[in-house]
Amino acid sequence: MTTLLELSGLTKAYPGVVANSDVSFSIARGGVHALLGENGAGKSTLVKTIYGLVKPDSGSMRLNGKPYTPSEPRDARAAGVAMVFQHFSLFEALSVAENVALGMETPPPMRDLSRRIREVSEAYGLPLDPTRRVGDLSAGERQRVEIVRCLLQDPSLLIMDEPTSVLTPQEVGILFATLRKLALEGTSILYISHKLEEIRALCDAATILRGGKVVGEANPRKASAAELAEQMVGTKLTPPKARAGAVGEIILQVSRLSMPPASQFGTPLKNVSLAVRAGEVLGIGGVAGNGQDELLSALSGERRTSRETVLLEGTDVSRMPPSARRAAGLLTAPEERLGHAAAPDMSLTENAVLTGTARMGLLRNGFLSWSRARSFAKDIIAQFDVRTPGPGVAARSLSGGNLQKFVIGREVLQGPRVLVVNQPTWGVDASAAAAIRQALLDLAAEGAGIVVISQDLDELLEISDRFAALNGGALGEAVPTSSLTMEQIGLMLGGAHDLEEAHV
Amino acid sequence: MIRLERRPTPSRVWAAASPLVAVALTMVAGGLMFAALGKDPFEAIRTIFWDPVFGEFAWYFRGQLLVKAAPLILIAVGLAMGFRAGIWNIGAEGQYIVGAICGAAAGLAFYPSESWLIFPLMVIAGALGGFLWAMIPALLKLRFGTNEILVSLMLVYVAENLLASAAVNWLRNPDAVGFPGSRNLGRWEAASNPELIAGTGAHWGVVAAVIAVIFAQIMMTRHLMGFQIRLAGAAPRAARFGGVNTARLVIFCLGLSGMLAGLAGLFEVAGPAGQISIDFASGYGFTAIIVAFLGRLNPLGIVAAGLLMALTYVGGEAAAANLGLPGAAISAFQGMLLFFLLAVDVLSNFRVRVGRGVVA
Amino acid sequence: MDLSSISPTLLIASLMVAATPILLAALGEMVVEKAGVLNLGVEGMMIMGAISGFIAGVETGSPWLGFFVAAIGGAAMALLFGVLTQVLLSNQVATGLALTLFGLGLSSLFGQGYVGIKANSLKRLDMGFLSDLPFFGRVVFGHDPIVYLSLLLVFAVWAFLKFTRAGLVLRAVGESHDAAHALGYHVRRVRMMAIAFGGACAGLGGAYLSLVRVPQWTEGMTAGAGWIALAIVVFASWRAGRVLIGAYLFGGIVVLQLNLQTAGAKVPVELLSAAPYLVTIIVLVLISGRAGRGGDTPADLGKPFHAST
Repeated sequence: MTTLLELSGLTKAYPGVVANSDVSFSIARGGVHALLGENGAGKSTLVKTIYGLVKPDSGSMRLNGKPYTPSEPRDARAAGVAMVFQHFSLFEALSVAENVALGMETPPPMRDLSRRIREVSEAYGLPLDPTRRVGDLSAGERQRVEIVRCLLQDPSLLIMDEPTSVLTPQEVGILFATLRKLALEGTSILYISHKLEEIRALCDAATILRGGKVVGEANPRKASAAELAEQMVGTKLTPPKARAGAVGEIILQVSRLSMPPASQFGTPLKNVSLAVRAGEVLGIGGVAGNGQDELLSALSGERRTSRETVLLEGTDVSRMPPSARRAAGLLTAPEERLGHAAAPDMSLTENAVLTGTARMGLLRNGFLSWSRARSFAKDIIAQFDVRTPGPGVAARSLSGGNLQKFVIGREVLQGPRVLVVNQPTWGVDASAAAAIRQALLDLAAEGAGIVVISQDLDELLEISDRFAALNGGALGEAVPTSSLTMEQIGLMLGGAHDLEEAHV
Repeated sequence: MIRLERRPTPSRVWAAASPLVAVALTMVAGGLMFAALGKDPFEAIRTIFWDPVFGEFAWYFRGQLLVKAAPLILIAVGLAMGFRAGIWNIGAEGQYIVGAICGAAAGLAFYPSESWLIFPLMVIAGALGGFLWAMIPALLKLRFGTNEILVSLMLVYVAENLLASAAVNWLRNPDAVGFPGSRNLGRWEAASNPELIAGTGAHWGVVAAVIAVIFAQIMMTRHLMGFQIRLAGAAPRAARFGGVNTARLVIFCLGLSGMLAGLAGLFEVAGPAGQISIDFASGYGFTAIIVAFLGRLNPLGIVAAGLLMALTYVGGEAAAANLGLPGAAISAFQGMLLFFLLAVDVLSNFRVRVGRGVVA
Repeated sequence: MDLSSISPTLLIASLMVAATPILLAALGEMVVEKAGVLNLGVEGMMIMGAISGFIAGVETGSPWLGFFVAAIGGAAMALLFGVLTQVLLSNQVATGLALTLFGLGLSSLFGQGYVGIKANSLKRLDMGFLSDLPFFGRVVFGHDPIVYLSLLLVFAVWAFLKFTRAGLVLRAVGESHDAAHALGYHVRRVRMMAIAFGGACAGLGGAYLSLVRVPQWTEGMTAGAGWIALAIVVFASWRAGRVLIGAYLFGGIVVLQLNLQTAGAKVPVELLSAAPYLVTIIVLVLISGRAGRGGDTPADLGKPFHAST
């Protein structure tokens, strides 16, 4: 196979961090090349460089043997490089066709474009209606829009950034078939992921990044997942300790909870029922945008629901505001760290006050005790190994993993009866993720009930006792995790919707 | 290339220094403006900023300083709380007018009684008038989701018409001929807001402003309400997650700022202005917006900003009298100050980098 | 009260004139907001347009040159806002307010020597026999060129946003600046151009007040027209056609209350003068109360954009 893209010595530094340092590797024509690395390893800076969004400080690229220096995405697209983003590249209020047109250099008139969208999407088994508003589409369908947008430009290199995080296992299978078909037709694919099994199933070459440097090349078909993981993380990871806690009485009971969506493109909750026992971890899986945020806000008290829908230890908390629920022992940690779980521009001390007033005695007659708040924040920092100069720094200055440890630690240290977390390890490096999972398991062992909402199925299988699937705002029945296979989970999550295999 | 780079943590140094830099820049730009108007810029700056405090006639001007600063500070302290929370009351001018009308009307209803109860009654009526006028945008926002910026601003124009109607019709001094206006409250002891210490300009409005500043400072730094106000402005979604009751916050911020603006109006009409007249509205409600920002939305900062802004008023009058500088130059000058402040503000959240940065 | 003194023909003809300044300003602001920027400085840009247009009109004797200078003046003010909010990332609400306060001050400074003067006004277009037709002659064919220009502009903005690629990009930038940036569009450049256009429109609207409608310079003559234009953009749910309807409805109220005042209606003058503002509030309530809040609002309206990489 001949070389399509060759990267040599790419270096990009930001203040205080070197995102890429002397990165060199090459991608074969028609090959499926994996770029493997943890969060913060420098993967996204590297692909942004290839796509013309970031200018490297030094180093060069060659495409088809010729120097390649895209100064903006337009140049990259003109040279045949297309990219499917992880998020941030669709416009919810615009139609599918308009979204596609925005990603093309010289789109044909709308009528022709709509026809071509239909043709291409059918040919690759990704059916799409060009007139629909993107805001009304599911996460999987949105990804199709991105892929079709790329395919319409006959790219020679297709970059895919963590494409499977929004897909059910069945949809992943179909995506892989599409990608293999493209590779056979001669399109090179740069596949970015941290999911090792996927890479072993799909890719024929892999470059591993750690701390901005290339730490290895591997043949993913031959290397074992454990070998790849060790190269990626740098150390051997210890899986969470198994627990032997006895499961107790039901402490959180949700019954027939329905809630209209908060925004135009939100998901309504439909008749959700669940029960969590003391000492138990309930895992709730689902593809993004199936009601996870809404479920969390109904439990946290940000949204109130009808009477008798949320019971905590037999008390009806459905009409209680967030602070009263916290006082009663129901704590939550939302998915979005910056702006939801924490106020980015406020200090860690102030962010400790955000949820800690009721249970940590930070309030006297309406007045705050800042000294108590500071020591609470210091406790979180010390016990959860949050890397920060001190409790006075702004939340936004922390890395994703450190802030997430702070957010989870803030709730765990309050000794909740029930803790509900949404995406506890999203975008967090492996060691922080392991620490967070361990903290959740320890909390359960102490007799709290835990609800983990996550899109990471491996995580749910690892730490939850029972698993339920959230699909279109409806929650399926919870089944013991030990008896489940990936295949079954995929079907619980809604299978492959209306996708079909590519016509190879 | 000059680039902006977000600071990990906002700079406290710059947050404190930027108002000073903005004042300095405004003096330079203002000097240029005065030069363009054919005035000696140094003379003009000196007349505005130096003479009122240290010049020959300072004994007169110093008193004027507190007279002008009190309403500005009183209004700005209230506005700043709302601005902190992302609740934009732009209609303080209207609340100021309505407070004055209600206060004056409550007093005049008992004319010519000399009961000592009249002035306290007027204070309550003034505060209540401003409060209720501010409740209109607050309740419409909560009930219908209307934009409080537009509604509170529209109500300024309604209040101005109300003022005209009061001055010409229903509060008009029945014993007077000529230019329409109410009875002079300043000459009616039971209703007047006199200078408390001769020569200082300090009237009850100054006392109220001091109390408001202390109250606001304690609330913003120590009380849960102050924390919730800051949280709601900094991260609205996190505020809801933290349990902040947004509706209560809207009522509180708009109500308090309306009340303080109403008080400012009452103290003005019973004191320095003396009567309800068509030209009673002097734009304090709008200038207070500048004061609030210049004071960094911080009660103590607002005191300094209010005094500075009062200085531009007083100095501007002096410059108009002595140098023939047009009165409008001062409002342009004040607007410019706010612009420079907003521009310099970028430095507290961003670093300016020149060049592409060294490769590590 | 003598209602028969109010002629429907004149009422409609004059409501079009009364509505034109607000129509122009609202149309410009709509484009700005479509690009995701909330510029609350419309009032300031309008009044700067009013004075700069008036000065140019008086000094050169040409109202056309006046309008040209007004558009430049409005755009210059808008770019001041643009630099602050887009480059220096200042708060859009605060900066818009500053623009208004600054504009009001600066305009009265500029207008010192121009109070009480009359400028050459624009003449109504004479379209021959068409202008002599009963009713239609006055209502459809009897206006000055700017009225027609404003109507043309409504159509042009509508077509631009709906059919052109540049219009699509502008809407995309207003919907999600992060996505637009990721696709390689120049968010800041697009927004700056939209801001300048909005300023030019507001400037034209202001000049229409000082050169045609009044036609004189008085301090603070916009009297809230800029704020009403902002309200009309909300009323119109960011659609050009509805901006036209909103502005004309509003013009109707203004003209009607003026007519009622002169007809000697038994309503206090102050109430009639306050009517346009009260009606604006009522309309805002009706619009905001409608179900499906925020459905038409550009998703990134008023949010600051800073490309971190």
